[in-house]
Amino acid sequence: MPEKKVMIEADHVTIRFNLANQKVDNLKEYLIKLIRKELMFQEFLAVKDVSFRVMEGEAWALIGPNGSGKSTMLKAISGILNPYRGRVTVNGTVAPLIELGAGFDPECTARENIMLNGCVLGHSEKFMKEHFDEIVDFAGIEQFLDSPLKNFSSGMKARLGFSVATMVKPDVLIVDEILSVGDYKFKQKCMKRMEDLLSSGTTLLYVSHNIDEVRRLCDHAIWLDKGAARMQGEVNEVCDAYMADMQK
Amino acid sequence: MKQIQTKLSQYFQEFWKYRDLLKLLVSKNIKLKYRRSWLGYVWSILNPLLIMVVMTIVFSTMFKRDIENFPVYLFCGQLLFNYMNTSTSQAIFSITGNASLLKKTFVPKYLFTVARITSGLVDLLFSLGALVIVMIVTRAHVTWYALLFPFVLLQLYIFCIGLGLFLAQASVFFKDTQFIYNAFTTAWMYLSAIFYPVEALPEKVMWAIKHLNPMYFYIGQFRDLVYYGRMPGNLIMVAGWVTAFAMLAIGVWSFFRSKDKFILYI
Repeated sequence: MPEKKVMIEADHVTIRFNLANQKVDNLKEYLIKLIRKELMFQEFLAVKDVSFRVMEGEAWALIGPNGSGKSTMLKAISGILNPYRGRVTVNGTVAPLIELGAGFDPECTARENIMLNGCVLGHSEKFMKEHFDEIVDFAGIEQFLDSPLKNFSSGMKARLGFSVATMVKPDVLIVDEILSVGDYKFKQKCMKRMEDLLSSGTTLLYVSHNIDEVRRLCDHAIWLDKGAARMQGEVNEVCDAYMADMQK
Repeated sequence: MKQIQTKLSQYFQEFWKYRDLLKLLVSKNIKLKYRRSWLGYVWSILNPLLIMVVMTIVFSTMFKRDIENFPVYLFCGQLLFNYMNTSTSQAIFSITGNASLLKKTFVPKYLFTVARITSGLVDLLFSLGALVIVMIVTRAHVTWYALLFPFVLLQLYIFCIGLGLFLAQASVFFKDTQFIYNAFTTAWMYLSAIFYPVEALPEKVMWAIKHLNPMYFYIGQFRDLVYYGRMPGNLIMVAGWVTAFAMLAIGVWSFFRSKDKFILYI
């Protein structure tokens, strides 16, 4: 059997934030702090020394309580954040669905937003026009194509976002809890789409608090706790340990 | 050297990949500006016309003897300065205003700034229609040199991109940028010989404006071509191009130096 390709490699990743209360964003404050030598950096490590390796076609779940660094980790993988220490290497195209309505302009119509979002993902305009009907069809929003997105419900925005991101087969799909707002039927449709993508070789990173979904969709999991990797490995083992810990 | 080369080609490929996004952002900016307004794009022409009428009434009484065809003289300066002022003032918010997008997706950040400056340029092209109207109405004297105006606009465009990039990155770290810049451009406007002849100034001030004010380089060249109907002098052309690329270099350098830190501040 040929060796599988490494799709994502996180190598001792540490991500640092400057805590907001220390944020100096105007000149006067800056000068005062500079003179008083208070220009200190109160660091906060959102992710601490996390390493893992995702092979082609695997589906990994990131689980953990709120504020444990799951989304931050995903942002580092999609290239939005640069790790403070360590390295993230990704082979292939990434379609990040980090949050609802990212890449959407609320003033623009759904039609314009589909084009905009597609281009944000790096597709060409021509390509988007060819796949336009497919996207609209999957999202099921034909009726509202020409109304501004600010009038859309969160579920409808999630539909649109998911449809655009999964229309082409990305090498790596990142889904961060956005599906929790969709209705049952659409959720099933999305699960089906993700399973299809998985079986055709897409690598999936999935964040959810719904452990049943995680077990159904993913084969591996990593459990983050306060930024550190507590456990990683086969999905059921990690989920069992996580649930046991949560119910304590 | 080789490293720099691969890096540059990387950036270029990235830009090429996202060129449609730039196009969409520009058309979005323009569309949204006039969405649900009754006259729509007509405002791009009407607005400068109305301002010009007001300013002509106000200032022509003051400088009437010095400048023939004051409306065209004023308009040449006014349009160019207005473009620089509006587009760079909007560019200040191009990073902070798109925070939600930049936090959640990966796109080259400078695209938003460049898109702002570019949509301003499109607006300026519409407004040139107003200039043509004024020139026809006032029976201005026009020569073929006027057709060279795109070269001036190109210089100004490059200059504005550089300035916009610089301001956009600065405002991420210091919100005060917008307020400082606001006061700065007001002073800049009065120093750009828009509604008075530059010769009306004391000699030292005139020398400074002619040699140190980038906007004067562009307004001066534009006026030479369109208003006086002659070729601009060599000095002012060289100064214009050099300043444009120098500003671009400053903008690009400051932007790329700090772009990876944006996410921690927006």
